Amino acid sequence: MFEYAPAPESRDVVDIKPSYGLFINGEFVSGSSSFKTVNPANEEVLAEVAVASSDDVDRAVQAARKAFGVWSAMPGAERAKYLFRIARIIQERARELAVLESLDNGKPIRESRDVDVPLVAAHFFYYAGWADKLAYAGFGDRPLGVAGQVIPWNFPLLMLAWKIAPALACGNTVVLKPAETTPLTALLFAEICQQADLPPGVVNIVTGAGETGAAVVAHPDVNKVAFTGSTEVGRIIARTVAGTSKKLTLELGGKAANIVFEDAAIDQAVEGIVNGIFFNQGHVCCAGSRLLVQESVQDQLLDSLRRRLSTLRLGDPLDKNTDIGAINSADQLAKIRQLSDLGEAEGAARWSPACELPEKGFWFPPTIFTGVAQSHSIAREEIFGPVLSVLTFRTPDEAVEKANNTPYGLSAGVWTEKGSRILWMADRLRAGVVWANTFNKFDPTSPFGGYKESGYGREGGLAGLEAYLDV
Amino acid sequence: MSRLSVRKTYKLFIGGAFPRSESGRSYVVTSPKGDFLANASRASRKDARDAVTAARKAFPGWSGATPYNRGQILYRIAEMLEGRRGQFAEELGTGKKAALEQVDAAVDRLVWYAGWSDKIASVRGSANPVAGPYFNLSTPEPSGVVAVIAPSDPLLGLVSVVAPVIVTGNTAVVVASESSPLASITLAEVLATSDLPGGVVNILTGHQAELAPWLAAHMDVNGLDLTGVTDPDLALRCEQEAAENLKRVLRPSTPDWSADPGIGRMTAFMETKTVWHPAGV
Repeated sequence: MFEYAPAPESRDVVDIKPSYGLFINGEFVSGSSSFKTVNPANEEVLAEVAVASSDDVDRAVQAARKAFGVWSAMPGAERAKYLFRIARIIQERARELAVLESLDNGKPIRESRDVDVPLVAAHFFYYAGWADKLAYAGFGDRPLGVAGQVIPWNFPLLMLAWKIAPALACGNTVVLKPAETTPLTALLFAEICQQADLPPGVVNIVTGAGETGAAVVAHPDVNKVAFTGSTEVGRIIARTVAGTSKKLTLELGGKAANIVFEDAAIDQAVEGIVNGIFFNQGHVCCAGSRLLVQESVQDQLLDSLRRRLSTLRLGDPLDKNTDIGAINSADQLAKIRQLSDLGEAEGAARWSPACELPEKGFWFPPTIFTGVAQSHSIAREEIFGPVLSVLTFRTPDEAVEKANNTPYGLSAGVWTEKGSRILWMADRLRAGVVWANTFNKFDPTSPFGGYKESGYGREGGLAGLEAYLDV
Repeated sequence: MSRLSVRKTYKLFIGGAFPRSESGRSYVVTSPKGDFLANASRASRKDARDAVTAARKAFPGWSGATPYNRGQILYRIAEMLEGRRGQFAEELGTGKKAALEQVDAAVDRLVWYAGWSDKIASVRGSANPVAGPYFNLSTPEPSGVVAVIAPSDPLLGLVSVVAPVIVTGNTAVVVASESSPLASITLAEVLATSDLPGGVVNILTGHQAELAPWLAAHMDVNGLDLTGVTDPDLALRCEQEAAENLKRVLRPSTPDWSADPGIGRMTAFMETKTVWHPAGV
């Protein structure tokens, strides 16, 4: 086995301020209290960030309401130019954004640099182009008003782009709350809005934890609520907006089946399984966390998979050779540990490659559970970590049955060389995204979203416009 | 001696059959003038559960049928309704001319929706030009079982909320208008003779306030159409219950049933599925 010399990306490309305020009406203003955001790879405090109280949220909503008059009345072609500007500035500052994202989130620079940030720019480019073409989309061109948006910590900047780009293209203004553990790139995005001369109030960023998010969602002058996060919080939000006229879209949890048939190209399937569950430390709502493998190739596949896992490199997120970074927070690490222990207690067999974990920071090794039954907690609950549960099947019908045996329905994977079987499976899987012979692919032109308890509404593509227009 | 007429016994419509309520209850339906018309079945919570079971059982077959086939069956419903024009006009009791116009409008609406079965995917689906070597398509699919609280407009309103739900492949549990439920059960007779598989549409008569919350809370229901709910407290409660398993909710409204319905009632209960596959040699 080769040893790799460390290849750290420089953190000098980003200038982190000791403290950040709230971004309201085009300016940074102070909040009433503050919290610290840490680097999950070494627990170092990165910055102090303001907490938005309900009064602060109210100010942000008022600023957005005022800006809505200006922004919605602006010709689509002009709105488009602002969005194109933002997309270009993101490209210009891509390296800075990637480093900051990896510092605050713990994800490997390889992913923030090659996946997150390029997709962020692509989303702004894509929706910029829609701003002056809404008449062709078939949803009308009436924006909703002020959009209150609450996003998670797993893809801080990408989720911001998924929310803000279509909202602005359609003529809405936004109040966005980033996750409390990963607020920094959203605040850097606020600076980008300033550099782009975006009219004040069109984008407002309020930082804080659950209470701040709840204030955004419940604010009576918010016309649209968009949330990405856990199904549990999604339920609370759906209950909060009940009986109001607020339009709601939810992107919630998942427990995706990644189904491998005996005729699949095994090496490619192994890469797909690894990408499906270990990408972003498994902090992915559409992660392929349930491997369904046809019984006849189980041993062969698992051998290859274990061998492949032994080559994954876990460690410093800023090292360009790192495959697996840090778990985002101590809380999340505790949850992963608890569910994994439960997996063992319920009778599944646990395996991880020999893997040294750094002493400081939040770390969890890539883990596989075999002998998993459908009734096991690890096969039912979303773990949101680098933990794969392996189940088996014999017939295509059984694969469909097991894959759909979940209240979630966000994504699924199918691996087989037989085209007709792919189409047959794709038809029957109750999931919003089906990846055949690939996994975890995203693109701004492609609608993404769930069935059943994985939420409602779609982000991306033409379908993504519907959420931000008065249809 | 004049002939004594044979009156109809109004029952529920569940799984393609016409049972009485398991509760053995009924309620009095009167004309606008207050005259006795009939005793309608007063469905219970158990009847609602049975209807959901029937709708779930019918879902794989109905959603798996070709859109062409579903369109043919919706058109067949229109044919059967047209054949019973006179009967419906009489049962609507709103004056012959107005009643016939309403029946005609309901027939026309069914025909309109029938034509959508094989077109909605072209209008709401997309081929997505992703930045990479992938074949990538998005298509709309049904959500599953949809509970529909029908508006008081007993025929045109009812047809206008049921047709969009089923033409897209969902199956439905319908709570008929509480005050004028008789046309709904007669419509069930039309459905039963239209090649519509049993369970695709299930119709319950009874008290809205008694049935709607159970359907809203039912964990095997995927969508909830509250159009016919007029009590804001009941609507709020139903929407809150629906949050438990994140049902797709269509909030109460008072549409003009004679206006162009648009496609919103179909898309409200559809999901978009995106399928990716690598392209290459």
